Amino acid sequence: METLIAIAIGILTAAAVYLMLARNVLRFIFGLLLLSNAANLLIFTAGRLTQGAPPLIPKGADIPPEGVANALPQALVLTAIVIGFGLFAFALVLIFRAYTGLGTLDSDDMRVAEPKEQGR
Amino acid sequence: MSWILALPIAIPFLTAVLAYLLRERPAGRWVSVGGSAVLLLAAVVLMRAVLEEGVVAGQMGGWPAPFGITLVADRLSAVMVVITAITGLAVSIYALGEITKRVAYLGYHALFQVLIAGVTGAFLTGDLFNLYVWFEVMLIASFGLLILGGTRAQLDGGIKYVTLNLVSTVLFLSGIGLLYGLTGTLNLADLSIAVAQVENQGLLTVVAMMFMFAFGVKAAVFPLFFWLPASYHTPSFAVSAVFAGLLTKVGVYALIRMFTLVFDHDIAFTHTILLWVAGFTMVTGVLGAAAQSDFRKILSFHIVSQIGYMILGLALMTPMALLGAVFYLVHHIIVKANLFLIAGVAHRIAGGTELARIGGLYKTAPLLAFLFLIPAFSLAGFPPLSGFWAKFLLVKAALEVQGWIIAGVALAVGLLTIYSMTKIWAQAFWEPHPGGHDPRLSDMSGFERRALLIPIGALAAMTIVIGFFPEPFVQFATAAAADLLEPSAYIAAVLGGAPS
Repeated sequence: METLIAIAIGILTAAAVYLMLARNVLRFIFGLLLLSNAANLLIFTAGRLTQGAPPLIPKGADIPPEGVANALPQALVLTAIVIGFGLFAFALVLIFRAYTGLGTLDSDDMRVAEPKEQGR
Repeated sequence: MSWILALPIAIPFLTAVLAYLLRERPAGRWVSVGGSAVLLLAAVVLMRAVLEEGVVAGQMGGWPAPFGITLVADRLSAVMVVITAITGLAVSIYALGEITKRVAYLGYHALFQVLIAGVTGAFLTGDLFNLYVWFEVMLIASFGLLILGGTRAQLDGGIKYVTLNLVSTVLFLSGIGLLYGLTGTLNLADLSIAVAQVENQGLLTVVAMMFMFAFGVKAAVFPLFFWLPASYHTPSFAVSAVFAGLLTKVGVYALIRMFTLVFDHDIAFTHTILLWVAGFTMVTGVLGAAAQSDFRKILSFHIVSQIGYMILGLALMTPMALLGAVFYLVHHIIVKANLFLIAGVAHRIAGGTELARIGGLYKTAPLLAFLFLIPAFSLAGFPPLSGFWAKFLLVKAALEVQGWIIAGVALAVGLLTIYSMTKIWAQAFWEPHPGGHDPRLSDMSGFERRALLIPIGALAAMTIVIGFFPEPFVQFATAAAADLLEPSAYIAAVLGGAPS
């Protein structure tokens, strides 16, 4: 199972890098979204994939029974998804504002804050 | 005990809420100043506790380490929190005179306080995932501050800042995942023990490199610094000052923390890379600055160049070098924030930051010229200002380990720094104003003048004090460096057990 997920993470990362190499910032941000999902899967897999029971502590007991899944990576991934979602929403709005303000999505043409390259 | 650790994070958050609620009233901006002053008080209390008792650690929510989230302050963390509070207070006073009603209404003061909370959180946490969360808090607040106002230049700089920082964030997160998979813990003190037992040391080095990349982007080291000079000259001056002073230094702090406490298994490999990075960062930064002709752009490239010195201290990893790095961090935050604040005043009275379009400040605003000279000479390393001691300690550390070349680079970069500072001096202060306009401090209202100049004067006074009385600061930095090289007290304080 780990191998399969690892291959999936690899494919996601490759697709993400391909998209992020584009000059179009919208493609870049979609690549980033894929990459952050690859990172989430990575954390999840790094916590070991087990077919365990839900990590619930029965009434009256202090510790969970044997064979429950590791709850920590799930908590980490949940946090990372929420944060990633917020940042992605912000980035998307920023790109939209930049598109209306600067009139382009091509990162090479975004030259208001920096000097233009020679020969362009 | 844990409340003194939580206060420096909680105070700015509470201030942020208050400042947001009062954002339409004139009182809103004073809330920000008051909150910053209280934060400084809390930071000083924390510093006293650290000086008296050594490393202070607290477990949040009552879960024992390494399961719960640990907040921990050793000397380095404590001094960083104090310096954050000082910068925060200076900039929030400055903001009284600079931030317009409209920008305040958009939530400037609230975002600023959230940023400060993120920075202090990053300095105080003892947990890797928690560090990630504080980085995000800091990042989202800085995104907001950077584009507040929404001019075209801000949007342009914002896109580059946001996208490159998000890449670094994702790498940081992946590194956390892999490190957790290898060791099964994310508590920094616990990690320090656990990494020694990892069988696959090669994989550990790969993870270390991911962290080096992620923090390298935040710290703006060569070759990952491009977002910084693309964006730091676009927002308001109060924002650029706090960014210039604090944000990259959080990256440097994270590098120092991780590469002294956790990733010290293969120093020959990782720290050699850091040494090269340090050298190239110093040189590219200062050369980049030499090519610029805008007040703030020159200063932005100098941030990059100065980061190289701090990384140099980490890379050499000797007591003397780390002492230099800690001293440099403190000195640099004060000086750099101050220079950006001065650029703001120059912009206000001379009408721009493009050096070709301003001038005459020496003749008509000699007080500003004097206030500029102190941090500018300090940055370049003139004795007896603070920058001289910082550079002196690092060069001495490099010579101690026969690093002739890197010591030579550090000295040469110091000389080139003087070149850039002279350029600003000559064009903005010495030459007459090209528009025939006499920039005067009295062009501003009395209130604005006080709000803008008092923080500049206070920061300049601190530079002078550190310069003339370096002894206690060096002693403190020596102890901080010893803590970093021998983290047993840190580990004992976090994980419990008798402090050794």
